Amino acid sequence: MPLEAKIKEHGAWFKRFDVPWTPTAMVLDSEGKERYRIEGYLPREEFFAQVKLGLARIAFLGKRLEEAEAIYNDIVQHHPNSAGAAEAIYWRGVARYKRTKDHTALNAVAKEFAQHFQSSIWAEKASIWAG
Amino acid sequence: MGVEWNNDLDSALLKAKQGGRAVLIDFSASPA
Repeated sequence: MPLEAKIKEHGAWFKRFDVPWTPTAMVLDSEGKERYRIEGYLPREEFFAQVKLGLARIAFLGKRLEEAEAIYNDIVQHHPNSAGAAEAIYWRGVARYKRTKDHTALNAVAKEFAQHFQSSIWAEKASIWAG
Repeated sequence: MGVEWNNDLDSALLKAKQGGRAVLIDFSASPA
């Protein structure tokens, strides 16, 4: 459910969510809790990837790990060149590991980062799972 | 999932809660 907050009309929303800069987009769960924040302009492709990361985060935190994994996979499949895809690869592996308790899911993440997004912060984070 | 714009935050949050749906808020500086 999208909402549009304009600073001149909805100043209270900016204060309520501590938004210091525009554009900012925020994904809330059904309880109204902020689960993901996107600060600054992004091109369409990257923006969609980021919004999906927010939806995946909601599923992940709700322990709906299979659903989270599916959304992360969708990001990797449909936004493969986005920076969000690197984050999705990382969290897809974590969701898979938590769902299956199979640590090789984390090794697979490190191996995938050897092929793609080598310079991303997510590859650095996954590097501890290599070997 | 249908897309529905709603500019009343509290009513949108209530609808989201009732429907188990996520909410996306776009904060912008552009004038109305």
